[in-house]
Amino acid sequence: MGRLVVRELCFHKHGPFSFTIEAGECAGLTGPSGIGKTLMLRAIIDLDPHRGQVFVNDIECNSVQAPEWRKMVGMLQAETQWWHDTVGEHLDEPPRELLHRVGFDEDVLKWEVRRLSTGEKQRLGLVRLLANSPQVLLLDEPTASLDMNNAGKVEEIIREYRQKKHVAVLWVAHDFDQLKRLCSRYFVMETEKTMKEVIP
Amino acid sequence: MKMVLLSYTDLMLAATLVIALALLSVRMKLSLWKQIIVAASRTTIQLLLIGLVLKAVFASARFPWIAVMAFFMLLAAGREVTARQKRRLTGLWGFGVGTGSMFISSFTVTIFALVAIVGNRPWYAPQYAIPLLGMLLGNTMNGVALGINYLTQAAWEQRRIIEERLILGQDRNQAIMDIKRESVRTGLIPIINAMAAAGIISLPGMMTGQILAGSPPVEAVKYQILIMFLIAAGTGFGTLAAVWFTSHRLFDSRHRLRLDRLSDTGTS
Repeated sequence: MGRLVVRELCFHKHGPFSFTIEAGECAGLTGPSGIGKTLMLRAIIDLDPHRGQVFVNDIECNSVQAPEWRKMVGMLQAETQWWHDTVGEHLDEPPRELLHRVGFDEDVLKWEVRRLSTGEKQRLGLVRLLANSPQVLLLDEPTASLDMNNAGKVEEIIREYRQKKHVAVLWVAHDFDQLKRLCSRYFVMETEKTMKEVIP
Repeated sequence: MKMVLLSYTDLMLAATLVIALALLSVRMKLSLWKQIIVAASRTTIQLLLIGLVLKAVFASARFPWIAVMAFFMLLAAGREVTARQKRRLTGLWGFGVGTGSMFISSFTVTIFALVAIVGNRPWYAPQYAIPLLGMLLGNTMNGVALGINYLTQAAWEQRRIIEERLILGQDRNQAIMDIKRESVRTGLIPIINAMAAAGIISLPGMMTGQILAGSPPVEAVKYQILIMFLIAAGTGFGTLAAVWFTSHRLFDSRHRLRLDRLSDTGTS
């Protein structure tokens, strides 16, 4: 269960932005390329210096160690990064059930990362992220490089996780159809300082 | 056995070889001739000067002068380490980390060797202290420069991986562990290779020098082994310290990768 509260968040030359995403809600974030959507996610997960406050439930970002915070606030990047040779080395305890649900059996743990397709990487990246049991999900164009079939699978896994664990989701995308389909409302970042809320 | 003294004509004869190399590099368009000439000139001038300085210091053998000279050597080595970084820490850190690490390792190892092993009286006798420190600094400098350079370069190139690891909840040590390990390895490989090759493939310079100066080979060899061990320890501890301090500085207290603390100098 996770509710995301962002209060007067300022980062680089951006902000202040304030908004709340309720537990179990999926909200979108869109706007022109380079306006600072990724920077906002990075500020929320405390990867960049920022001012203002961010809460997950009632826990404030600075009140816990940064690694703990980042496990609570999961983030999926547009392109997941891998640093070991095989998939299994990236997972402390392979979440077998999750792997099955995204369409892999345990063999995948022995697969070499360099042979993975983009779609496989993104799905496995999601498994790796969800294994941390995050209470909030920040998704930075998670399906941008995927075909329809893979994009659908990723959307489905996230929807399932959000409903089951009742987590807040902030989904960055350029595709308005996708935002309307997935989100109860979305924010449009119009400038570095302003954001408007749209309820489709 | 009497030592053969070299005349300046002898040195000029050797210099013609370097000039020949420079000319050849012009013909081959290697754009190296300037560097060769400048480096050869620096060697000549710097060594002649140090010869004069050593003569004066040896004659006086006063501790303050030896200390001043030791620190001058340290600062020069620090400057050299800084100049060899493609991306260096901004502000005083860039100079401070390398210099501080060399100070910790080279000075400690040199003093240890002087007091516990050589056991001269006074322990800072310049005939021993200055050449020992010089050899340690020269080698530690290489290890430190290689280690820091690898670390900052790799952190820059692999920033997306480091940040992914941070995003997944690893702390700053875990996130850069592989790179740190490889940096230390890079810094230590030259001295490990040198130890492995000593005596079989290469005759180390100091030992050769002593033999040329008329020392019995076995005595020269013992000194060379001592020096090799000291250099290995000095380089190792220096590189470890430099890599540790630099990687610590690459993150802040919230475990964020702070590449804004690196500046691109454009050199390599």
